[in-house]
Amino acid sequence: MSAPFIGIRGLSKSYMRGERALPVLKNINLDIAEGEFLALMGPSGSGKSTLLNLIAGIDRADEGSIDIEGVDITTLGEASLTAWRSDHVGFIFQFYNLIPVLTALENVELPLVLKEMSRKERKERASLLLGLVGLSERVDHYPGQLSGGEQQRVAIARAMVTDPSILVADEPTGDLDRASAEEVLNLMRRVNEEFGKVVIMVTHDPRAAEKAHVIRHLEKGVLNAAPH
Amino acid sequence: MAIPISYSIKSLVTRKLTTALTAGGMALVVFVFAATTMLAEGLEKTLVETGSRQNAVVTRKGAPSEVQSSVTREQASIIESMPGIAAGAQGGRLAAKEIVVLISLTKRGTDKPSNVVIRGISSASAALREQVRLTEGRMPRPGTYEIIAGSSIARRFEGAKRGETLAFATRQWRVVGIFDAGATGFSSEIWGDADSLMQAFRRPVYSSVILKMADPLMFEDIKKAVESDPRLTLEAKRETEFYAEQSKAMSTFLRIMGTSLTVIFSLGAIIGAMITMYSAVANRISEIGTLRALGFHRSSILTAFLAESLITGLIGGTAGLVLASFLQFFTISTLNFQTFSELAFSFELSFWTALKSISVALIMGLAGGLLPALKASRMKIVDALRSV
Ligand SMILES: Nc1ncnc2c1ncn2[C@@H]1O[C@H](COP(=O)(O)OP(=O)(O)OP(=O)(O)O)[C@@H](O)[C@H]1O
Ligand SMILES: [Mg+2]
Repeated sequence: MSAPFIGIRGLSKSYMRGERALPVLKNINLDIAEGEFLALMGPSGSGKSTLLNLIAGIDRADEGSIDIEGVDITTLGEASLTAWRSDHVGFIFQFYNLIPVLTALENVELPLVLKEMSRKERKERASLLLGLVGLSERVDHYPGQLSGGEQQRVAIARAMVTDPSILVADEPTGDLDRASAEEVLNLMRRVNEEFGKVVIMVTHDPRAAEKAHVIRHLEKGVLNAAPH
Repeated sequence: MAIPISYSIKSLVTRKLTTALTAGGMALVVFVFAATTMLAEGLEKTLVETGSRQNAVVTRKGAPSEVQSSVTREQASIIESMPGIAAGAQGGRLAAKEIVVLISLTKRGTDKPSNVVIRGISSASAALREQVRLTEGRMPRPGTYEIIAGSSIARRFEGAKRGETLAFATRQWRVVGIFDAGATGFSSEIWGDADSLMQAFRRPVYSSVILKMADPLMFEDIKKAVESDPRLTLEAKRETEFYAEQSKAMSTFLRIMGTSLTVIFSLGAIIGAMITMYSAVANRISEIGTLRALGFHRSSILTAFLAESLITGLIGGTAGLVLASFLQFFTISTLNFQTFSELAFSFELSFWTALKSISVALIMGLAGGLLPALKASRMKIVDALRSV
């Protein structure tokens, strides 16, 4: 068997709550295959977001390793980890996290500023992605002028614009109505199927989780046994 | 890789009011700084231009100004006959024995008295000052109680217009002409015949001897000749230096006052900028977390927030400077406390003053923005993202 796309071994993390260390993730082992759409479920406070953040390289583990495409990201320093994120991870947040002072196009263009790319190329690529999420008409709108569903679609375009290999989404539909949620989920599904991105999604919503290939449950920092 | 500057600019535009208020505070500081510097430079320029590099001034050793100097008739004759003095157009030597006294005159439209320099001139005096042009009337005749007034005096003092009379030293003096000497101290003087003035003021001695050097390079020789002669207890200075020294005390005072005010006010402006920037950071914590997650480095966050603060400084600095530049249209007339006489001069805006003023603004921006920007750049991504 070849190495999994993402291999997590013995991952632990605790937060300090006053004097006491509060374990949030306990010895997590998890393999994610290439092209997988994984849903992480579990009660509030079970550590879903913490796990997702560790995989996305925006938080630090206490113990264990996270191998992604042959690189153990827990060994990377601050600057290399930042560069690694910009190359490999696309983020989708519950509250979209678009930059309010930038237009839809500028928001999507933003991650490309970090790449060797001319302004013209950036604009073209950002427009292409906005077209892909069905928002060609909204390029010059500011986030405040868009509905929640539209904002989340802009966020998906932003996450995809650098062509990352992994998309992480923390409750991407948590703030959306049913119809918008459906649209966003279908889009994520498409991103996974057509573009082959690994998608890792934290969600409370069973209907959202249905879109995933694999659903894993976290309970008090422990990952439930993998389904067979 | 830097966050586009447009992000910083747009963030500033979004909070127009706080940006304007913060920049306004900085503008005030820059205005004060620029205004005092311009004043000091205007004063220096006026007094430096009063002197000529070709001329030397001979006064009593250690006399801080012509008013406090005395040169006896014998000493003046020795100076006059020294070698190295240029010849005038009519053949005579270009050396002028002069007497300088202060009189008190009333300003037009007020009853406030002010000290005015009155200079007793001899035949060579006008030829020694190329800046001096007679604009009205004629020169005073020797042996008469006739005077001519500098343009700035004629404008501001009662009885100093052509055809009017001034009363001082128990006599009536008729103004027979007006002269203009540009932005120099002479424009703030009254000139009359030296002998008449000495008589009227009962002063047996001159104040100074001004001479034009045949060659300015010979100054050291002339100085040595004057200062080594045991009959003379006098000293010689280049006229440019002589007047520059007269501006020193006052311009130093202006500069120290300007710097002190700038430092005090800028502390306020810096604190203002800091409060603004801290709240800008606090309002955008999750935005900062997002930018970091997207792959922007700590240094990019630092730069973006510093840029906001620096741009605020630039706006304030420019506004303050533009405001201060209007001062160039004003002329200040005040007591030069080195000579105890009235002197008119203008605010002078030089390229360096402009540059320094903008630097003051940028320094305020930097000082106010640094801590908030550091705080923004050091935030942990997950903590930043959790705060919605
Ligand atoms: N920065 C932090 N400091 C202290 N405790 C934290 C921090 N982040 C998370 N925790 C704690 O760790 C635990 C797991 O948090 P996490 O956000 O991973 O849970 P979650 O499963 O995503 O929950 P939810 O479904 O409510 O989002 C919680 O008890 C939380 O209070
Ligand atoms: Mg969570």
